[in-house]
Amino acid sequence: MNIVVCVKQIPDPATPGALDGSTNALKREGKLILDESDGYGVEMALQLAAANGGGDVSIVSMAPNGEVSGMRTALAMGAAKGVLVSDPSLAGSDALTTAKVLAAAIKKMGSADLIIAATESSDGYTGTVPEQLAEVMGLPSVTFAKKVEITGSTLKADRQTESGYDEVECPLPAVISVTAGVVEPRYPSFKGIMAAKSKPIDTVTAGDLGVTATGWAGAGQKVVQVAQAEARKAGEIVEDDGNAFNKIVAYLENLKVI
Amino acid sequence: MAINSIWVFAQGTGGVPTTGTLELLTKARSLTSNVTAFVGGDGASLAAALGEYGATKVYATGDLGGKLPGPAVSAAMKAVIDGGDSPSVIFFPQNYEGRDIVARLSVKLDRTVLTNNIDLADSADGVVATTPIFGGNTLVTTAFTGSGPHLVTFRPKSFAAESAGGAAAQVVAASVPDTGAAGAAKVLSVHVEESSGPKLDEADVVVSGGRGLGESGKYGLVEDLAKLLKGAPGASRAIVDAGWVPYSYQVGQTGKVVKPNVYIAAGISGATQHMVGMKGSKNIIAINKDKEAPIFGVADLGIVGDVHKVLPQLIDLLKSRG
Repeated sequence: MNIVVCVKQIPDPATPGALDGSTNALKREGKLILDESDGYGVEMALQLAAANGGGDVSIVSMAPNGEVSGMRTALAMGAAKGVLVSDPSLAGSDALTTAKVLAAAIKKMGSADLIIAATESSDGYTGTVPEQLAEVMGLPSVTFAKKVEITGSTLKADRQTESGYDEVECPLPAVISVTAGVVEPRYPSFKGIMAAKSKPIDTVTAGDLGVTATGWAGAGQKVVQVAQAEARKAGEIVEDDGNAFNKIVAYLENLKVI
Repeated sequence: MAINSIWVFAQGTGGVPTTGTLELLTKARSLTSNVTAFVGGDGASLAAALGEYGATKVYATGDLGGKLPGPAVSAAMKAVIDGGDSPSVIFFPQNYEGRDIVARLSVKLDRTVLTNNIDLADSADGVVATTPIFGGNTLVTTAFTGSGPHLVTFRPKSFAAESAGGAAAQVVAASVPDTGAAGAAKVLSVHVEESSGPKLDEADVVVSGGRGLGESGKYGLVEDLAKLLKGAPGASRAIVDAGWVPYSYQVGQTGKVVKPNVYIAAGISGATQHMVGMKGSKNIIAINKDKEAPIFGVADLGIVGDVHKVLPQLIDLLKSRG
């Protein structure tokens, strides 16, 4: 069973995000880290591969500046190898272009039985790439998968819905997107971290993959305005002296909620 | 480019469209009189209600027979567009089905998608959509640069639904072409997770709990308070990921967007992910030990204190008042 996990390397969410003044794109300078949401996909891939007779877990990522530190985290968890699509022309790519690039990279990697992604990234959160990837590759997909099992060449998953979940059956190869919390991502061991340093990451350009019209030119969209939203007025902040609950009661009474 | 016609991907059950569908129809008819609803399922039962909110026509696929809506509905939409009826813009709700369909359709049409929007306008820059970023502190307006149909998704509650008093819409069949391998996933069974009390995204009062509760057993405090206030219990992503409560409780970017009269955040620090889902609440009360917590930046009343003390006191008092 060969599984490919799509991962994104993003600016550390702990530091406040900022937009580049000239392009209005999210600033991505400095060290990028593995998107926390992707840890679940990597973990699920490792578990599914182990439960289905082994096989390789590979990772694929797209980043404009040759960044691999987030990919090393996934390799340290146990993935065997990675492909990074890195090309200055990819800066400003929209989700559709991203899906086309990832699809081309995955095809180049050989035959994948299963492709796993997170439901959306924690920085751009467009949330359409996994399903677009499936469509580009002509594959079925199960998005928002919570529980995933594979028997032979059939995948069964519980898919999150508005009112609960659907039990879905899907033939492989397929694309799935997994929600956070489906599995507990393992912490890379020291041995894993050391081993990850020598695992292969193949870096390719969009041109190598035969994908054109990338970046700003291919985006089909253009930021025309960035404005500050109206801020909420500062409220009353009180330290609890043992009676603060009365403040809440008075507040709710004033609103006639109680 | 002027907007000549808009499609709205419409959802509903038992002849009742979802509130989100009615919100999008209301917005669509403010931009053009040529509004069409597109239903992945039975259209006849929804035609009256969709017409009332501004749709003049309803394309309906009929029962999908267990197919997932993503491949099936996008293929049906593409077939109608190829047949000559091509709208200027297609509106989708930012939810599971909406995202799957718009993503598949974007590939079929080779068009970009703008997601997570709260507004759309026909301007000198063309068709522009507005999305909040950085937890809603910054609004980015983006123009579509290519030709239509423009694909756009909206967050729930971006617009207020208002009836137009329109007549029932005309129903036109839009059959699903063969979707091949891409459409091979099948729904085996549907599970509804019932919750008692008002729905999270419709409740007048929402009480949400977060990591500050310390352990899953303490979530009962949140449920008790919600019940006493006739509200719905909610949760931050942190405790949903930790498995304390089901995903359906999650308020935030990847969960539900709520705009209740009163929102009480108990032991929630206020990560961007969470704030996006509750900042639109009319009144916000926050209880948190850390006075530097970002949640206090949006709170109308902030209590710097221990939820394990404040919540039981509040619950006891409300109980004693009956």
